[in-house]
Amino acid sequence: MAVITMNSSDVGPKALATTRAAAVRGFRRGDRIFRLVTFAAALSVLVILCGVMLSLLFGAWPALRTFGFGFFIHATWNPVKDVFGALAAIYGTLVTSVLAMLLAVPVSFGIAVFLTELCPWWLRRPIGIAVELLAGIPSIIYGIWGLFVFLPFVQSVIQPFLINLFAPIPVLNILFAGPPYGIGTFSAAFILAIMVVPFITAVTRDVFETVPAVLKEAAYGIGATRLEVVRRVVIPYTRTGLVGGVMLGLGRALGETMAVTFVIGNAHAISSSLLAPGTTISAVIANEFNEATDPMYISSLIALGLILFFITFVVLAISRLLLMRIEDAEAK
Amino acid sequence: MNRTLRTRRQLVSLVMMGLSVVATLFGLGFLALILGTLIFKGLAGLKLSIFTQMTPPPGSKGGLLNAIAGSLVMTTGGVAIGAPIGMLAGIYMAEYGRGTRFTMIVRFINDILLSAPSIIIGLFVYEIYVAEVHHFSGVAGIIALAIMVVPVVVRTTEDMLLLVPGTLKEAAAAMGLPRSIFIRRIALRVARAGLITGVLLAVARVSGETAPLLFTALSNQFWSWNINEPIANLPMVIFNFALSPYKDWQQLAWTGALLITCAVLALSITARVLSAQGTRK
Repeated sequence: MAVITMNSSDVGPKALATTRAAAVRGFRRGDRIFRLVTFAAALSVLVILCGVMLSLLFGAWPALRTFGFGFFIHATWNPVKDVFGALAAIYGTLVTSVLAMLLAVPVSFGIAVFLTELCPWWLRRPIGIAVELLAGIPSIIYGIWGLFVFLPFVQSVIQPFLINLFAPIPVLNILFAGPPYGIGTFSAAFILAIMVVPFITAVTRDVFETVPAVLKEAAYGIGATRLEVVRRVVIPYTRTGLVGGVMLGLGRALGETMAVTFVIGNAHAISSSLLAPGTTISAVIANEFNEATDPMYISSLIALGLILFFITFVVLAISRLLLMRIEDAEAK
Repeated sequence: MNRTLRTRRQLVSLVMMGLSVVATLFGLGFLALILGTLIFKGLAGLKLSIFTQMTPPPGSKGGLLNAIAGSLVMTTGGVAIGAPIGMLAGIYMAEYGRGTRFTMIVRFINDILLSAPSIIIGLFVYEIYVAEVHHFSGVAGIIALAIMVVPVVVRTTEDMLLLVPGTLKEAAAAMGLPRSIFIRRIALRVARAGLITGVLLAVARVSGETAPLLFTALSNQFWSWNINEPIANLPMVIFNFALSPYKDWQQLAWTGALLITCAVLALSITARVLSAQGTRK
């Protein structure tokens, strides 16, 4: 790096001018190089995404070409006969995630309402921080807890209870039928729900906090109850952000591997009962990829990955667009 | 009439607020239950031998030394590669490309990568690296983790640099200080606490990641410093041991899970304290 000494007496004004010019040139070159390097780094983010997409497409191509559209609508998954269809895995992925959201969203909203409206001030920070820390716990922890603690409990207590409870009710007795295996779609959805609650809660709380106090005070001022303030002021004001937060949680749930793999049961079947073993895209890949030696088998697994990537990309993109709108509104 | 309506409204409100308290107790209760079980089961197997012995064959005694060492090597490697890339990208977005469409797109894509399924990253690295060199290796694991690190660091670096007061930049520009020197000598220094926070969060994020290592680093029963070979790591050992039928392996899985959780929590708390100090100044 050039150091300019302005007070060296033996340098005439002309020499000074040339050293200066050289220094400025050096700076300009350094500036340009640094700018280029940082630009390349920023570009690498896009390169990673395109790379992921292209490599998945490339790897999935043999399977997609062989099975065509049938890959998406057949549930047969037979490595021995080399016949693969993704429907069971897609179905399992969607059902576990949607079920998990049905459980997690009300709980997360409840916690967020508690944190922003009811909680005494001294408790808000500790609980808020606890929620954020829990969002960082690796998913394998949820998986191992689910396997050793939750499954035995589900099998011996919750599932027999559900089966007996819904047995006389039509429709529901199909959803909750069969022997209590413990492992299965229901257990996976439950573990997923516990896992995404901190994510959704953290976003929801942040979004709730963007509501101007004046709006809430005005509502209280004309005699609204707490529920009415939440329902008529807070939720309408934050609707976009709420949907964004839920989509973010859904994106996480769809792609979650470890928490699900332990408890789903890994059965390539579409069962009408939520208690039956099933599978998800990520669980199939995690379980079978290292055992797959046949090229068509590997390609089919990569095709599953491509489908998962596509689904989560769309969900996360919608979530980002919605949350960005809230951030822009806040910045104004 | 008016009074009954009012009581009913208040009652409904009270019930719903009561439900939100119940939701809080339910949600936080479950999370506390998980952490409680983890501590209880994990502590039962926490002995000195965990840190001094290798992962054992079933039925004999052993520890997690090779897994812990492997995890440290791979996490360090991943962060050493991913963090500089992320920081440089963040610098471009906050300084040179502030507000441009390119930056908007990069930020958008980066946010998606931040939550993208990690198992996809594993598949990607398998395809571009493992399938080419025909063997699993620590290098592949490091590449996968580095890809996970980049989005976290990009996000925090950009956010933190955007907080650097514009007056500093104007003062530097008025003195004729080149942009690159301003960034390196002043902006990065002002934002240092935030940048360290970002890196710590990235370490916390990848140290428990299992899915991207499944088809990249795999695992190793033995001691290995050679990152060109499959390398043992805590998440994979937990995964394999937990699914095994052997009691002592399962115990090691619990203890490993406790170690990872403690490390992740310690990192997140340090990051939080650092960023709180940074903003107070």
